[in-house]
Order: sequence, then structure tokens, then C-alpha cells
Amino acid sequence: MPESLTLLIAPFVVLNAVIGIVTYVTLLERKFAARMQSRIGPYRVGPHGLLQPIADALKLMMKEDIVPAAADRPVYNLAPIVFLLPCMFIFATIPFAPGLGVADLNIGILFFFAISGMEIVGLFMAGWGSNNKYALLSAMRAVNQVISYDLPFIFAALTPVLLAGSLRLSDIAAAQDGLWFVFYPVIGQLAFIAFVLSTVAAENRAPFDILEAESELVAGFRVEYSGMKFALIQLGEYAHILGSSFLGALLFLGAWSGPGPEWLGPGWFLLKAMFMFLLVTWIRWSFVRIRVDQILALSWKALLPATLLLLLATAVVVVWRANGGA
Amino acid sequence: MTTASPARLEVDYAGSERLTMNMGPQHPSAHGVFRAVLTLEGETVVGVDAVIGYLHRCHEKLAETLTYAQYPSIASKTDYVAAMTSEFAYVRAAETIGKIEVPKRAQYLRVMAAELQRVASHLLWLGTWCMDMGGALGGGATIFLYCIRERELILDLFESLVGARLLYGFYQVGGVRYDLPAGWTATCRETVDLIDRRIGEYESMLDDNPFFMARCQGVGVISRELAEDVGISGPLLRGSGVAWDLRRADPYSSYEDFQFLVPVESSGDCFARYGVRMVEFRESLKIVRQVLDGLPEGPVSSRPGLKSVAQTRIPKGEAYARIEGPRGEVGCYLTADGSAKPYRMKWRGASFSNLSVLPHIIPGHKVADVVAIMGSVDPVFGEVDR
Repeated sequence: MPESLTLLIAPFVVLNAVIGIVTYVTLLERKFAARMQSRIGPYRVGPHGLLQPIADALKLMMKEDIVPAAADRPVYNLAPIVFLLPCMFIFATIPFAPGLGVADLNIGILFFFAISGMEIVGLFMAGWGSNNKYALLSAMRAVNQVISYDLPFIFAALTPVLLAGSLRLSDIAAAQDGLWFVFYPVIGQLAFIAFVLSTVAAENRAPFDILEAESELVAGFRVEYSGMKFALIQLGEYAHILGSSFLGALLFLGAWSGPGPEWLGPGWFLLKAMFMFLLVTWIRWSFVRIRVDQILALSWKALLPATLLLLLATAVVVVWRANGGA
Repeated sequence: MTTASPARLEVDYAGSERLTMNMGPQHPSAHGVFRAVLTLEGETVVGVDAVIGYLHRCHEKLAETLTYAQYPSIASKTDYVAAMTSEFAYVRAAETIGKIEVPKRAQYLRVMAAELQRVASHLLWLGTWCMDMGGALGGGATIFLYCIRERELILDLFESLVGARLLYGFYQVGGVRYDLPAGWTATCRETVDLIDRRIGEYESMLDDNPFFMARCQGVGVISRELAEDVGISGPLLRGSGVAWDLRRADPYSSYEDFQFLVPVESSGDCFARYGVRMVEFRESLKIVRQVLDGLPEGPVSSRPGLKSVAQTRIPKGEAYARIEGPRGEVGCYLTADGSAKPYRMKWRGASFSNLSVLPHIIPGHKVADVVAIMGSVDPVFGEVDR
């Protein structure tokens, strides 16, 4: 197959796969949460509720699209798309198996950070354009939180980068052939914990979901959105979570390595990403939300110095081993 | 914010702009229809204006048109989360004026229903409070669903006792309406034991939870002086270091027969109120067990066989009866004119008095604390507005 054709087909396949997985990830989360809360969860639409996400999507498509009279229309209308795009782009550099991905850049992880940091623009546009006080407060919180947690997120994710010695995601995955980085003594576990924590916060999931905070700000920045625009924001959020789950599985859980033939690799990768997703979900449904000042304090006073120190320690270990240490 | 309304900009001395935000009357965390007009400086609340009255249903006027036999069922609707307690206060007021004896068995059954109701009400409080802090899409909802699961068991007990699940009409002037059905005692014992165990589970889920502690320790402190000045009662008052429980201070309906603890915490914050209520769960279950153990035989009403609604006549006089409800002192002031209907009736709702503390403690906190404080006050708006 000529390379130009691959470049056209691969994004199309990945994009649709992501949308498909995101749709069903919502069902997975609802079922998982229901079991935690001694409920059954969706059960009526299709066998065991398997068609529920499709029914939800159809419902959202048929909803009336309401634009508040006082909204800043261009900003309001553009926000869901500006939010969704970076959330989709983060999948571009993720290799799903050796050689199976859209673009295996030599700075793949840097691309991931840069793109996922851009979603804040969409969030703030949504909050500002809605011309709603709840949405505005939520947008202010969003800027605070996302900036505070992108730093520890990056530092935690850089630890595997140092261990592997490459920014290319496929190299990082290959470097874990013998030992997954989560099992790397001490450093691996600490970095993994920091990564999961900052992922939860950077994804705005409970207990760090102060943007949405429905008991205070009703629904935060998306309070005025309905129908397909709401669906786009929702899709973007879950795509971001899914992307972070894939990244976590790639950085710490050895990506596609696993028993069985090689073609099972993507299956293993998906399984590990789902494990990461359920870990985040488990945290989400177990804790109460913390306050905005406490969230910022946790980031700047604890998580950021800790991840920085960890990064330094990792660098020392890497240099020491390279110079013939044990 | 809208272009239609005239812009009114308030600027404080430090030069930062103030924002007025409406919370309620329709708001996901408002426990009913409560409107708080918050003045914000960024995230910090500098002023709060509490507006009530959205659920006013003329309860006190309605009482004048209903007979003593009819009104207890309606009284349940004032505090619909703890329906048993308002009935209790009403019939006690009527009995005080009429000097009507209540048989010992009926007194015990009244205590039992009131204590089960306290547990059910506290369960709903714990669930909704955690949902306020944790969100309907977060860990709070998990606690909420656990609490609702246990509350269902108590509602099932009430259903087999009275036939209703929310508004009971169990109390009657002179006694209670129904005796225990066969097998009820055994079910009740099982339920009480189960809930006792489950409350331990909640405590282990919340007490060691750093996020939960961060949200309620040192938040919404009510000092002892403030508590006494604004006249709050119930768990709020006991959370502020005042050992005042009507069941102990002014025993009614044979409460002096039972052994129980009145929990008091001195710190006065949301966590203290949580601590008080968590002990009250256990103490209420303890009282229910004592009632089941020592339930005397005999009639359940001193006026059995009353069929017509006009047969209960109360002689001329007036009285104030108060009981310790789940939210504090529930009082009923009744004036009788010798007919089958009261001349005038006045409620003292615990939630109404407790709400008055909010403007004193909310300013200075963050927006997120407003819902935590409001949840810890545990208002029921049926009782506030009546």
C-alpha cells in the first residue's frame, strides 16, 4: 500500500475506533459505578443494556439546540469543536502495536502534552461564551486547575521517558520488554501513583471535578449547552480520559506486551487501557470532591515538588546505571 | 451579566469586582426550594442573603379547619423527611390541653417510631450531604445510594406497621393508631442490627477519607455563643458544645425509661455535626432495641374505638408541646376552644430556627463550602416554610 494512502486511511480508522470505544466506555463506567453502588445499571436497552450508548447518542442528536439569548454566539458555537479537536488529536501519536498508529513521531509524548494542554482553550471559550455566572466561575476554575495539574502530569510522565531514554512512544513501549515501568523498583510505583493522581485532576474527574461541580455550579462550563454541542463536549471529555488511559498503559504497563501471539498486542493494550480507565473510575466513585483552594494546594505544595524530585532521582539512577552501576 | 439588566458593579476596597450569584430556588444542591443570593469576590463568599417562603402551604391555617383526628396525617407534611416527629408534637400538645392519659404501650411505640424515624432522617441527611460535597457524579452518590438502601428498610418497617411509606398518621390523640403486626418485632430487630453494622461501614468509608476530612474540618464553625444567640437546636447545638437534648432535659413519652447517650462535640464545625449525628444513629438504634425488649402489654390507645372524626374534643385551653426531632426542637403551640378543631395552631420548626445561623457562618467561605455548610445544617423546607 502506498504510504500516502496509509496516511489517509489510518486517521480515519483511528478516529472512528476512538468514537466507538468512547461510546462504549461510558457504558462500562456506568455498569462499573452501578456495581459499586449496589445497583444494576443500564439494563433495558438491548441485552444487558448493551445498546444504551447508542440510544443516548440518538437522544442527544434529536435534542433541541438552544443558544442563550445573551451568549457570545461565535465563541459559544465554536467552543465544543475547539474542545473536541485536541482531545481527538492526542490519539495521533499513540502506537497501538509496533508500527500500527497514525504517526509515530520522534517527539510523540511531547506532542501529546502540547495537544492535551490546548483543551483548556475550548473549556474557557465554553465558559465565557455561555454568558452565565456558573459557567464563568467554572471556566475560571478550569484555567486554575488544568494549568496546575498539567505540570505534575508532565513530570510524572517524563519519568518513564527518562528510563527509556526516548520521547518516541514506540521506543518507550519497546523499552519495557523485560520489565514494565510500573514494576521498576520504587521509582516506577511512585511515578505511577503521581501519574494516576494528576491524570484524574487533569481530566477534571471527581474528586477533582470542580469545573462540573453540579452541587455548586450546576454543570459548570457546559450548563448552557444542549443537544449535539453537549454531546461533543462529553465526547471530548471521554476521549481525553481514554487517551490518558492509553498513555498510562503505554508508559507504565508495557503497552502491547503480553502472552500469546503478536497479533494479540492491540488487544492487550486495550485491556490495559481499560484497567487504567477503571482505576480512575474507581477513584471517581469513592471520594467526595475537594475544594478549589485545596486542589491548588495539593498540586503546588505536594504533587509538583514530589514529581520534580522524583524526576531528579530518576535521572540520577539512569546516569548511575549507564556508568556501570549495579 | 445579561445585557438586558442594568449593570450594577460593586467594587470592594481592594478594588476587586463583586459578583452576585443566585443559588436556588431551583438548584441541584438546594435541599428543597431555598434561595441564597451570594455575593462573591472570586470564589470567596462575602455576603449571603437567604430567601425562604417558596414552599409555604398555609399549614397553620389549615390546622384550624381539620379535627384533632384528621390533622396528624397532615402534620406529617411539614417535615416530610421525619414525618413521625411533627405528628408526635401535635398530639402531645392536644393531650396536654385535654389531660389525656396515654397507655404505657402506646408511649413505648411512639418512642420506637420516633427513633426509627430519626435514623431514617439522618440516613437521608448523610446521603444528601455527601452528595452535596461529592457530587451526583462522584463518590457522594455512592454514599447516597448506600444510605437510601438502608432507609428503604426502615420505610418497609413503617409500611408494614402503618401502610404508608412517607406520611404516616401513626400518632393519634390518646395513643397510636395501630399495634404491631405479627412478626414485626423480629423483622425490626434484624433491620436494626443490619443498619448498626452498615453505619460502621460508612464511618470507615468517611472517617479515614482525607478528602472528606478536608471538606468538613474547620468549615462552618458555629461558636457556642452564636449557637445560643440564634437559637439553633438539635445536632447543630450539640455540635457546638451545648449538651441539650429534650429527651434528656425535658423527658416525654417515657424517655426516662431508656438508657442512651447524648453526644456532644465542642469544635462546632461540619465535622462536629457529622460526629454528633453518627453517634445519634447508634443511640437511636439502642433505644429501639430497649423498646422491643421492654414493650409492656396493654392497649395502644386510651380512646379506642373512635370512629367519627368529631369524637375527639379537646376542652378550652392552650399548651406548647415540644419534642426532640432529628433536626432539633419541634414545637407545637395549640389553642383549643372546646370543639373538635383547634382554634389556632403554631409550629416551631427546627429547620427554620437552624437556618437562621447561615448568614452568620457562610461569609468568608468558598462557594463549595456553602453547600457543605447548608448540608450540615440539614434543613427540610417543608418545615421551614410550612
